[in-house]
Amino acid sequence: MSVLIVIDTAEGVVKKSAFETLSYGADLAAQLGVNAIGLLLGATSEEAGSLGQYGIKKIVQANPDQPRADDPTVLADLVSKVAANEQSQVIVFSHSLSGKAIAPIVSAKTKAGLVTGVVELPNTSNGFIVKRAVFSGKAFSHVRIDTPIKLISVNPNSYKINTGGAPATLETISLPAAASRINITKRQKSSNELLLTEAETVVSAGRGLKGPENWGMIEELAKVMGAATACSRPVADAHWRPHNEHVGQTGVAIAPTLYVAIGISGAIQHLAGVNRSKVIVVINKDPEAPFFKAADYGIVGDAFEVVPALTAAVKKLKGV
Amino acid sequence: MKILVCISKTPDTTAKIAFADNNTKFDTAGVQWIINPYDEWYALVRAIELKEAKPDTVLHLATVGGADADPIIRKALALGGDEAFRINLDGADCYQVAYQLAQLITKGGYDLVLTGKETIDYNGSSLGGMIAGINDLAYVSLATQLEISDNKAIVTREIEGGEEVCEVAFPLVISAQKGMAEARIPNMRGIMAARTKPLSVIEPVAQDPLTTVTAFELPAPKAGVKLVAPDQVDELVRLLHQEAKVL
Ligand SMILES: Cc1cc2nc3c(=O)[nH]c(=O)nc-3n(C[C@H](O)[C@H](O)[C@H](O)COP(=O)(O)OP(=O)(O)OC[C@H]3O[C@@H](n4cnc5c(N)ncnc54)[C@H](O)[C@@H]3O)c2cc1C
Repeated sequence: MSVLIVIDTAEGVVKKSAFETLSYGADLAAQLGVNAIGLLLGATSEEAGSLGQYGIKKIVQANPDQPRADDPTVLADLVSKVAANEQSQVIVFSHSLSGKAIAPIVSAKTKAGLVTGVVELPNTSNGFIVKRAVFSGKAFSHVRIDTPIKLISVNPNSYKINTGGAPATLETISLPAAASRINITKRQKSSNELLLTEAETVVSAGRGLKGPENWGMIEELAKVMGAATACSRPVADAHWRPHNEHVGQTGVAIAPTLYVAIGISGAIQHLAGVNRSKVIVVINKDPEAPFFKAADYGIVGDAFEVVPALTAAVKKLKGV
Repeated sequence: MKILVCISKTPDTTAKIAFADNNTKFDTAGVQWIINPYDEWYALVRAIELKEAKPDTVLHLATVGGADADPIIRKALALGGDEAFRINLDGADCYQVAYQLAQLITKGGYDLVLTGKETIDYNGSSLGGMIAGINDLAYVSLATQLEISDNKAIVTREIEGGEEVCEVAFPLVISAQKGMAEARIPNMRGIMAARTKPLSVIEPVAQDPLTTVTAFELPAPKAGVKLVAPDQVDELVRLLHQEAKVL
């Protein structure tokens, strides 16, 4: 019996979302009294044993001499095979771009119940019930998985990362991989270095900024805060900012530790995607802006004056 | 080419989220229903564009739901599509819904199946992948662009930290998100035409759900905003650093 954690990697590098799922899986295995096993799919550029710091004792690396497959069906098949070898009763994924692609295929192929977007460890006192975010973060549901093997995917930025675990043992395994049906012809890095869903701090701006030419001060603030940038929907629709920065009910849902909203009114559809942020700061010149009702801290003022002053104040704090 | 677009009915984005029956059911009192925005704006509109470019394309729509989903599927037909199917089941989980659609897809022999990346109510992000898994079809998730050329799909998908372009032979399943197309508003001609387009009701095949919702919960309300004067940004930074400990 074991809990198997599928480790997200991009170009061989382990993603932050994986640190969370590894921690989650280690704690879940302890709760169930079984072993936690991390699963790497394909080659990595890092020393896998160090992943033990998140509380994992064993890492299995499937096909370490090949790059990670591009086809989610191929990856799903590898996950199922390792899960069968290791007699895993729970498989933990990240609710990330790659987890969203792989987990449903594993569920369908093995008829194991899947709950995505999980925010807490399950309640296993009577069955296996997990809490997940629904209605774009406006509510939560508790879902019981009724199959012997349980699949869950953990929402990014929802679980505390463990530290201090001993190095894990590494086991490599060669598995026959099915032929890929997806032929990649081009790969492009986005200009954002920080992944929006993984960022601890997000600086976001809306139509109050008046035009794309005014985003310099937003990027400057984001830079000194070590934050990713985001925007409201009309801003992306008007092509002031790229689509992948659009947060909200019909964009990306995020849950950073700190969300700074500048010149955004706080429409219900915007709030839906950001209200799981731990602390929300709102800067808006209209004291009646609905966003203030969802905020922890606020400044009623003109963004064009407040933002540069805030950037200077953060610089002062950080001594840069 | 034969395309199927999967359509879900979701509460309007401004709907009040409340729960009934001791927090075990979504309270639908007073709720307006819409086509799930990802299904409508991206999956359906892109499929319509493909048919406009190649008029011999067959475009079908399908939903899994009770009779209350009929107005939604008619609304979708008003935007475009030749005919629609409603599988008569109040799906209890994503697998149960995917299973029904998978049977329809096998029978219909579709080359391309399009879904939205998720629904805005249950946010599962799983339907497309489950259909692909059940029917062993190729799957491309979170697609932002789709072109058809030489009998294959050229799809741009979002990946961690960027995007990639891939070529995939038919048949395949794609989940669509922003970038794929621009939302459209149905015109009068479309609305009139939708009334007479075939909408067949199909009885479901037996398949139990794999999961059960036991309860819903609303988040704890916020304590209230602490306002700082615009000329006191140092104080805001101090609060974020010392009180909230997020800076
Ligand atoms: C089906 C549906 C789905 C939607 N999904 C989303 C979604 O996912 N995400 C999303 O964001 N929106 C979404 N929307 C749109 C949403 O309803 C709002 O229209 C949108 O969020 C408003 O964007 P905004 O706050 O940038 O602009 P506005 O509402 O125009 O607000 C601009 C704000 O800037 C303030 N301001 C102006 N000048 C200054 C200044 N100099 N200094 C400081 N403040 C200033 C104003 O007081 C105002 O509050 C959706 C709408 C629908 C119908």
